[in-house]
Amino acid sequence: MSSTRRRVGVLALQGDFREHLAALRACEVEGVPIRLAADLEAVDALILPGGESTTMAHLMEPTLKQSIQQRAAAGMPVLGTCAGMILMAREIADGRPDQEPLKLMDIGVRRNAYGRQIDSFEADVASPAIGGSAPAVFIRAPQLTQHSPDVEELARHGDQIVAIKQGNRLALAFHPELTPDRRWHQYFLSLNGETR
Amino acid sequence: MTEGSEKVNDRKGTWKVKAGLAEMLKGGVIMDVVTAEQARIAEDAGAVAVMALERVPADIRREGGVARMSDPGLITAIIEAVTIPVMAKCRIGHFVEAQILQSLGVDYIDESEVLTPADEEHHINKHVFKVPFVCGCRDLGEALRRIAEGAAMIRTKGEAGTGNVVEAVRHMRAVTSAIRKLQGAGPEELVMEAKRIGASGDLLEETARLGRLPVVNFAAGGIATPADAALMMQLGCDGIFVGSGIFKAENPSARAKAIVAATTYFDRPDILADASKSLGKAMRGLEIGAIPQEELLAGRGW
Repeated sequence: MSSTRRRVGVLALQGDFREHLAALRACEVEGVPIRLAADLEAVDALILPGGESTTMAHLMEPTLKQSIQQRAAAGMPVLGTCAGMILMAREIADGRPDQEPLKLMDIGVRRNAYGRQIDSFEADVASPAIGGSAPAVFIRAPQLTQHSPDVEELARHGDQIVAIKQGNRLALAFHPELTPDRRWHQYFLSLNGETR
Repeated sequence: MTEGSEKVNDRKGTWKVKAGLAEMLKGGVIMDVVTAEQARIAEDAGAVAVMALERVPADIRREGGVARMSDPGLITAIIEAVTIPVMAKCRIGHFVEAQILQSLGVDYIDESEVLTPADEEHHINKHVFKVPFVCGCRDLGEALRRIAEGAAMIRTKGEAGTGNVVEAVRHMRAVTSAIRKLQGAGPEELVMEAKRIGASGDLLEETARLGRLPVVNFAAGGIATPADAALMMQLGCDGIFVGSGIFKAENPSARAKAIVAATTYFDRPDILADASKSLGKAMRGLEIGAIPQEELLAGRGW
């Protein structure tokens, strides 16, 4: 949307960060893998990918965690998909006691809420944010358990809210990065960030 | 859980869903565990998944006899102990063991040469299952035959239970060098190469186009140290299986954490040095040449 050259970080501790980097390339935006706090200085926005949220939380250095929280507080847009949505939550149900999330959105989530892998599924999810319906892949996906009033619902699947936005923070319970449809990434890139 | 409110447009057990879980495991470590307590230690250390087993490969190798699918009671106890995905092994060709594992709710099935094969000509037709499968390979042809049968994830065979990484390196290099040779090959050359290595032409063509296997490829079989894990990652694999290497070592928890860190920071020798400090003794390990030919596991599979 914006014509200014942007660099978008993708948390690259574990998970499908390669697919998010490829999605950014398809959107003609430079993606930067983020593993340490210093890596974050070079980017204007951040994607928290899919993967195992417990593993990512375990690998996230305290300095990186603080930097993400500070940059997000200063207005950096953040997108979380699946495990990334779990990391952005304020509260995690059925998580692990040592799994302290980033608390970037006023939401509660339940991990693996649809059941085990044989209950993972593909579906089409419609949202005004992307001007229609797009394929969505739900893999051991989380569900929203609660949210504050200023969290905006962007999409539903059945009786579940599966896409939400709070300010310039976007969380998806599914994986748009596993499909060739780039509209969710384009929507994220259209969210305004901090002025640096 | 959804209570009978299954949506009509939900598509379960699709290829994308099966291969997709493997994508989520990338950059992670999958650890063999034989008790619920070990499974919790693995999860605490940052494992992306655990492999539920009755005996780790080093013990299977030592004790001999027919190695079969684990007791469903043990697998269920491990499923209940952790929140990360749980994998379990069935024998090559033993589709009923696979049916049982699927009904237990395991998240991935490893049709594994570590167990005694049940069929000396065929592997399982994995397409008919909703649960995804991972299979071992020694070279590109074997990897593509398993994918043709429906494997949604591949791993090197290595030589399980040895604590010796040399076979995993051999198998990883065999796959990557075979893929490199496809670059620039003409369509007629790909047809003959597919025939030569015993692979489907379509899958070989896809591999050539992608410059990598069409599914996620992990390293397995003999990884015992953080440096071993980083070596396999630098050779181009997507993640790591550690079998006997953790719970046969002196300090399993510290070693597990170090191997997890080494898999993420595989290209940072400074971080690897730090992670490798004071881990206690690694498993003792075996030299491959000292193992009688008939006891080598990697030759199982067709």
